Amino acid sequence: MSGIAYGAFELADVSVAYGRETAIAGVTMSIEPRSVTALIGPSGCGKSTLLRCLNRMNDELGDVTVGGSIRLDGQDVYSRDIDPVELRSRVGQVFQRPNPFPMSIYDNVAYGPRTLGVRNRAELDEVVEESLRRAALWTEVGGQLKKHAFELSGGQQQRLCIARALATKPEVMLMDEPASALDPISTQQIEDTIAVLKDDVTIVIVTHNMQQAARISDRTAFMLRESMDRPAGLVEVGDTRTMFTKPCDPRTEAYITGRFG
Amino acid sequence: MTTARNRIRRARAVESAMRLVTGTAAALVVGAALGIVGYVLWRGAPSISWEFLSQAPRKFMTEGGIWPAIAGTLWLVVGTAIFALPVGIAAGVYLSEYAPRGRRTRLIRLSIANMAGVPSIVYGLFGLALFVLLLKIGVSILAGALTLACLTLPVIITSTEEALRQVPQDLRQASLALGATRWRTIRKVVLPAAAPGIVTGAILGLSRAAGETAPVLFTAAYFMAPLPTSSFDKAMVLPYHIYIMAVQAVKPAPHVVWGSALVLVAGVSVINVAAAAWRSHMRKKVTW
Repeated sequence: MSGIAYGAFELADVSVAYGRETAIAGVTMSIEPRSVTALIGPSGCGKSTLLRCLNRMNDELGDVTVGGSIRLDGQDVYSRDIDPVELRSRVGQVFQRPNPFPMSIYDNVAYGPRTLGVRNRAELDEVVEESLRRAALWTEVGGQLKKHAFELSGGQQQRLCIARALATKPEVMLMDEPASALDPISTQQIEDTIAVLKDDVTIVIVTHNMQQAARISDRTAFMLRESMDRPAGLVEVGDTRTMFTKPCDPRTEAYITGRFG
Repeated sequence: MTTARNRIRRARAVESAMRLVTGTAAALVVGAALGIVGYVLWRGAPSISWEFLSQAPRKFMTEGGIWPAIAGTLWLVVGTAIFALPVGIAAGVYLSEYAPRGRRTRLIRLSIANMAGVPSIVYGLFGLALFVLLLKIGVSILAGALTLACLTLPVIITSTEEALRQVPQDLRQASLALGATRWRTIRKVVLPAAAPGIVTGAILGLSRAAGETAPVLFTAAYFMAPLPTSSFDKAMVLPYHIYIMAVQAVKPAPHVVWGSALVLVAGVSVINVAAAAWRSHMRKKVTW
């Protein structure tokens, strides 16, 4: 297992505290490589917080403490040997709202590789084309790479952001409600893209939309914060089909049948 | 029924009264601005000639031109920019991008606010004490530029910080999530996006410095000096020239005073309008 990148996460007793307030606690789960794991749960249940632990984006928020252990392919993500900056080129992220840089389509996609030190024009051209193809955007923009990214539609911008994240060739892709700001057709396109990507990238997706979780994920983790004076936690995690048909926990059943949340 | 109608009638009356009051205030501002510029134009325009702009003064400065004062002002503004821009922009970047929220940062912000509130004559005295006497630079363009840089710093820092704040947090997140360091994020994404705002703030700060008299009074300005050839020279500068010709001239020469004032106002206006135009041009290109 060691030496080869798979993009498998092992979380053991993970907790996150903002200042003195513990936001989530006791999360133990595995994220299987080359599959889609959906994080679901009502607002404020710590889905996005947990997601941001996986690429250490929580570090940027300041006073955040992460407890327990998070291992990516056996390596502790929070160990001293790991540089968060390097980690993030292996664990990409796509955000809730499309956030392309104010530059050309080409420069957006080439941003990650250039950050990693790629200068060779032919090499960059190749990465840009490959990433745009994988994000299912090449047929629409392949001929106009110099166009400003802001001229694209919202859905195209989000696929550009996926292409941009793919360009560093990450093993894992984190998606924080990537389709929540998009129309149904664009959402469909993003979901189709995810279905293809999971063949070679591990995908962890936060979603509010349970139908979406059911449609696209292989495994689902249900998180819940039961009261405001206790941290949120993981209720159960398992095969998506089982979760949506025969959940083990009555709280999961209550949530997915729409009794709360 | 009647009370409801009365209430509506009263609300309408207040509405139109407030529109009148606020509108009058706005009109007063426009009137004052036009009045000042118009008067300077009216009094100063007859003095403007190629000779006035390009020649040195003659006959106790009552004749000839003001070219040395124009040149001295340009020297000072460029010098101020050289000192104030790097420090001001860097400090703005620190405050917006690196500074942790806490007491130390609050202290820095408070100091900057205080710096902005210090009267310009105090800057002049400070410049005299520190640059001219203690550091033994002497009365010179260099000492004047350093003094004006201190005066301009708060404006540049504040406008830089403001411009950086306008850049959406999403863009920083996206860059960091791609494995870029803070500095790379700032250099490649944040600063380019904030550039129009930073440049506009810098220009406004510098144009303000160009018109200041008090800070250069003891540090750089000289009544009658030849064209400067180095930054260690004393120099004639426009605002000081206006002051000296208005209150201390051997022989009063109002046409020189108003002509100089017009040159100063016109120069500063052209720069400010250019800055505003450039910013609105850039705004059209970059929107979020």
